[in-house]
Amino acid sequence: MSAYSQPTDTASADCKSVAVSINNLNKWYGNFHALKNISLEVTSGERIVICGPSGSGKSTLIRCINQLEQHQQGTLSVLGETLDGDRKRLQWIRRNVGMSFQHFNLFPHLSVLKNCTLPQTSNLGISQAEAIEYALSLLDRVQMREHANKYPGQLSGGQQQRIAIARALCMRPKIMLFDEPTSALDPEMISEVLDVMVDLANDGMTMLCVTHEMGFARRVADRVVFMDHGKIVEEAPPQQFFDAPQSPRTQQFLTQILDHGEKKT
Amino acid sequence: MTVSTTDSYADDQAPPRYSGGYVAMRSIKKKLFPTPFQSFITLVTLVLLVWFTPLALDWLVFSANFVGDSKADCVGGGACWLPVTQRIDLFVYGFYPDMEIWRVNIAFGLAAAILPLLYIKRINRRWIVGYLIVLPLVMWWLLKGGAGLEEVSSTKFAGILVTVFLGVIGMLFALPIGILLALGRRSKKPVIKLLSVLYIEFVRSVPVITLLFMASLMIQFFLPEGLTIDIFMRVLIVLIMFTAAYMAETIRGGLQGMPSGQFEAADALGFSYWKTMSLIILPQVLRNTIPPLLTQFIGLFKETTLVVVVGVLDVVGIAMSTTSAPEWLGLENEIYFFLALFFFVICFTLSCYASHLEKQMDKNRS
Repeated sequence: MSAYSQPTDTASADCKSVAVSINNLNKWYGNFHALKNISLEVTSGERIVICGPSGSGKSTLIRCINQLEQHQQGTLSVLGETLDGDRKRLQWIRRNVGMSFQHFNLFPHLSVLKNCTLPQTSNLGISQAEAIEYALSLLDRVQMREHANKYPGQLSGGQQQRIAIARALCMRPKIMLFDEPTSALDPEMISEVLDVMVDLANDGMTMLCVTHEMGFARRVADRVVFMDHGKIVEEAPPQQFFDAPQSPRTQQFLTQILDHGEKKT
Repeated sequence: MTVSTTDSYADDQAPPRYSGGYVAMRSIKKKLFPTPFQSFITLVTLVLLVWFTPLALDWLVFSANFVGDSKADCVGGGACWLPVTQRIDLFVYGFYPDMEIWRVNIAFGLAAAILPLLYIKRINRRWIVGYLIVLPLVMWWLLKGGAGLEEVSSTKFAGILVTVFLGVIGMLFALPIGILLALGRRSKKPVIKLLSVLYIEFVRSVPVITLLFMASLMIQFFLPEGLTIDIFMRVLIVLIMFTAAYMAETIRGGLQGMPSGQFEAADALGFSYWKTMSLIILPQVLRNTIPPLLTQFIGLFKETTLVVVVGVLDVVGIAMSTTSAPEWLGLENEIYFFLALFFFVICFTLSCYASHLEKQMDKNRS
């Protein structure tokens, strides 16, 4: 565990700007109340892990941040811009907020390299040469450079997820959202993806991760948010969250998940 | 799916090898004589083939007449191909002025060039798309004249010229219109959605023949006095609009089959609607819908023959006029066989081409 020592807040210490600010957010799917009065503030450089049982609304919450899901009530502002239905503003936010998905969602008709360059050339107006250079440097970082000319279908799940993270990073995002990045992976591939995420955290990236990897949360998170039934039940630094959870619901969840998770880590 | 790195271990064994003869025998037994009943069917088919093939070849080729001037030159029991060979210019070029036939040949050549063009991978996609956009205009200009070329009345258009022209231009226009209709039908904007749905449902619920009659008779009512649209142009528009409606439904099916993750990833990366569609979704949808789209292209090519009912003489029209010409009376078999062969060659080529394209794309993927 000591290999992943907590990165020190150097850059973000002097300018604690707010990256994401969520205020009394409510969301319904039909009659189902998916998010209930959620309020959460994330400062730049902060690493938040959101956990909770399935159906608790954790994925819905981070998908609201780049508006893959629309909320119906409450305010939500990202990087100082309020999401109010304005297309231009939303587009700007989406280009500054990267996301990695449970099922990677790489574009299967494009090569790995093209997956990483197309968003840059088409959405950031970056030249082809520069896009390729930057994409290769990121593929290098996730150790996928030698696979640059392959197609996603030729690669394993862990490899695809690392590429998906590199693709998101190609947009030079200021915030990264992770929606259960390791849930669809075979056990032996989980660590290669987590390594990339830890590396990113050490770099000072603002991160919101929905994950069941409690080892990762303990090592990397600044705060762990526990959700159940669309509400935030508990919110604490990992030390306190894991060692002295306050709410009985959290305690119950942790005993269930750690009985399992402890064997892995 | 192939795994990129195949590890080899010391205890790996080579797959067993059998001699070629053994493999051939085994596959013949497995494919042709697996059960007594299927063996029986195989034998019956073989007998029919052995009995029928020489007869057919004899009538079609060996005892057939290819040279001569009139029906009187046809001797022997075989087919008399003279109405086709004698009137081949009429079949191909219709009543196009002899002096200007080179224009038709160039237009045919340009249309045929699409196939090799799509074949060669190194050519930039943009050039191909540009070619496909310019091609119908150039074809129209070559055939119709104007702007430096002598004008040819469209009443002179007939035969294969009409069929190819309607087919190729119809295909080139129907696909983009079909794509727009499919996107329109899935649009979140209610007006666009309603218009697309109404249009598609109207066209799909009315037979093409009705639409063709409407084009030849009704449209004139709605146009101001003195303004007429070429009948040729009118049937072309009907064929395009008709095929587009069907293609829209095929493409819509493809769009619905796309995993929502692809849309989400594109959204999350900040792609706009049109960029998402043109760069990410449609390339995948079109690839998946190649077989049904090609079926529709082939359908369109054959449906061009319906224009006969509104007085446009395509290759079927020429064939019909030939069968009723006094000097070639009684040779319907040969003429219609030629017609069938013509359509078969073109449609089968398209079909082979599509299956090649599919394989090519599968190879690309994994």
